[in-house]
Amino acid sequence: MDGLERIVLAHPFFAGLEEKIGQVVAGCARNHRFNAGEYLGHEGEPADEVFLIRHGKVALEILPPGQPASVFSTQGVGEIVGASWLVPPYRWRFDARALELTRAIGIDARCLREKFEADHNLGYEMMKRFLPVVMQQLDETRLQILDVYGKRET
Amino acid sequence: MASVDLPVGDLPVGTKAILSRQGLQALIDVLGARGYRVLGPTLRDGAIVYDDLAGVADLPAGWTDVQQAGQYRLERRADEALFGYAVGPSSWKRFLHPPLERLWQTQRTSNGFTVTPPDTTVPKFAFLGVRACELHAIQIQDTVLKRGPYRDTGYDRRRQDNFLIAVNCGTAGGTCFCVSMKTGPAVDSGFDLALTELLDAGSHRFLVETGSAAGAAVLAELPRQAATPDDCSAAQVVVARTAQHMGRSLDTDGLKQLLQANPDHKRWEAVGERCLSCGNCTMVCPTCFCTAVADHSDLAGETAERVRRWDSCFNPDFSYIHGGTVRTETKSRYRQWITHKLASWIDQFGTAGCVGCGRCMTWCPVGIDITEEARAIRDNPAVAVPQGG
Amino acid sequence: MSAAVQADPFVPDPYRVVRTRREARDITTLELVPLAGERPDYLPGQFNMLYAFGVGEVAISMSGDPAARGSFVHTVRDVGRASGAVANLAAGAMVGVRGPYGSAWPTTAAEGSDVLLIAGGLGLAPLRPAIYQVLAHRERYGRVVLLYGTRTPDDILYRPQLEQWRRRLDVQVMVTVDHGDAEWRGDVGVVPKLIPRAGFDPHHALAMVCGPEVMMRFTADALRQAGIGMEQIYLSMERNMKCAIGLCGHCQFGADFVCKDGPVMRYDRIADILAVREI
Repeated sequence: MDGLERIVLAHPFFAGLEEKIGQVVAGCARNHRFNAGEYLGHEGEPADEVFLIRHGKVALEILPPGQPASVFSTQGVGEIVGASWLVPPYRWRFDARALELTRAIGIDARCLREKFEADHNLGYEMMKRFLPVVMQQLDETRLQILDVYGKRET
Repeated sequence: MASVDLPVGDLPVGTKAILSRQGLQALIDVLGARGYRVLGPTLRDGAIVYDDLAGVADLPAGWTDVQQAGQYRLERRADEALFGYAVGPSSWKRFLHPPLERLWQTQRTSNGFTVTPPDTTVPKFAFLGVRACELHAIQIQDTVLKRGPYRDTGYDRRRQDNFLIAVNCGTAGGTCFCVSMKTGPAVDSGFDLALTELLDAGSHRFLVETGSAAGAAVLAELPRQAATPDDCSAAQVVVARTAQHMGRSLDTDGLKQLLQANPDHKRWEAVGERCLSCGNCTMVCPTCFCTAVADHSDLAGETAERVRRWDSCFNPDFSYIHGGTVRTETKSRYRQWITHKLASWIDQFGTAGCVGCGRCMTWCPVGIDITEEARAIRDNPAVAVPQGG
Repeated sequence: MSAAVQADPFVPDPYRVVRTRREARDITTLELVPLAGERPDYLPGQFNMLYAFGVGEVAISMSGDPAARGSFVHTVRDVGRASGAVANLAAGAMVGVRGPYGSAWPTTAAEGSDVLLIAGGLGLAPLRPAIYQVLAHRERYGRVVLLYGTRTPDDILYRPQLEQWRRRLDVQVMVTVDHGDAEWRGDVGVVPKLIPRAGFDPHHALAMVCGPEVMMRFTADALRQAGIGMEQIYLSMERNMKCAIGLCGHCQFGADFVCKDGPVMRYDRIADILAVREI
């Protein structure tokens, strides 16, 4: 697991993380490879893993009935896919599909959640990292729905 | 007192003399003979406005103005002073930077259009009765319209060969605060001749001072008498007394920083609820310079013209872009006007835009007082600024 | 053209439309050539006032290569009477031109640094002259990054050119859209989201940002979070423009006139006022 631990700690999301904590996280982690078109998760399924993209691009999409999937965001290198694992009912709220060959670190969400309950300090350190990411995605989404490039009626 | 008519000949700038009412008439006549269009104060529509003058008889002899925020009325004086009022609704801006001006015309041709420049003939203006605040206002507009990276060529033409006869104020207006703005009541420079009206028992005369070679040349043609030391000190007393009776005051110390630091002050909300956004203030203000352009074509679409007209930052469309207006709320537009006038103008042009003439208060239908609004921000700033800025 | 007309800054010069290109449903690029003489030099970021006979003038930035001496190139969107009249001019039509006006993108100050050229929507048009200039002198700059975002893949402006720039080996080009479609396999999301993946040294980088004001504000924030100083970020501002020569008062933005103190403005100068409602 040593190689994986190095990979986990090298990911930008974990920059500056205490080695001790890094080891705990790495203990729940494994490497993934998704070919173009493969899904990381489907809407409604249990959100068992949180993915850190090392290489490639993932589309987050929703499938309206009778229509092609609507991609509302893509996540690339250095970014996270999935926050649903953080809050009940711990289920994917959308589909996540690899647009191209994608390598990602998958961290077992149940494993992490149990460790957070057992060690609140660990839990707090991780929340301090996840919350800004979630806030940033919220900001970006807000700008996106403002539809600033749309033509206003004169 | 000796009363010897002074000989005609070269006079140095700074010469003082005494003119009688007849001398004043001669002044108007001489200017007319030299091809000037002479404009000055006259009674019309219940106000003292600037218009063409044929002679002293057109002046508002024996009238004064009583001004307060939102109020203007004329009253008879106990004497026959010719300049015994403060300022009326119009300013010299009406002639130098007129409300409507054609910029150019254009004519469709077989493969495009041609542009014809405007008629460039302008009258030679002589302004009789320019107040100290108005002299400053003209200089302020000179800075804006002549000394930027681009010159307003029309304004430039209209300012050529102006003959300015300033008149020191003997009566302070109810909304005047030139003392606070350091623009009066005494005129200091920028005039060709300056008059101070001296009116006491048995004597109605004018101390005249030359401010330029052109002024001296004209004075040399007028019947006049020597000015005595008593005349000069009497003139100083007139101005000093006016300075003591200012209707308003404005503390300008650090005011720029205060206004620019407080764009979210609650006061804007309060004044925004009173302000009608009518734009009167910008029309009567002698320094407001904003204009808009309009393109008109004839019905056949063969000729078109571009005209320029006064505009006001209170106009809701003033800040229109991208299908919407930036300053939708009246409070935002009031904030823009007062901040520009008392603060941004200093960044842009080196002085405040306000000369303390009081017109904006007098002619505001709801009597909004620029000095009171500034005071409200100063007395209770949401964001304080260090003093001495 | 008489001397009196030439000296008058309110009078337009006659130009002819020699070429038009429909970029999108409501966006057209026009190439203009003067009827007489040479077109004046201009700097990237500057704009002209374009006059359509009998209708009016609009302020439109140059969107062409400043080194292409013979003509002005403008990309115009039909959003109203005057802009619609100009955008729908046919080749051979005459148009009045006043300019060039305004401040320029800091392509010279950026020499020796990494350069980020960031555009949103139609903002790519006023930025394109700077892109041309930087790429024409590529050796003077460090890393060059072009980030572009727009609404949908169909709205991508100058797409063939973006693809051409992307094929170069010395420019990093990233394009994103707010809403993808079935064929789109590129990024989906807002422009600021691309910044963490852009390759640049924040201590030696200069950013030029052009697009809707909201997009520029979010982008400037993201650039600051990435470590770029406020004095290293430039935006292109827009306000109601009538005379374009600092005499009519309309374009005031705080104490600045967008026509002469802008449109290109350094972020540290305007950051405070950008946050004030209805300023």
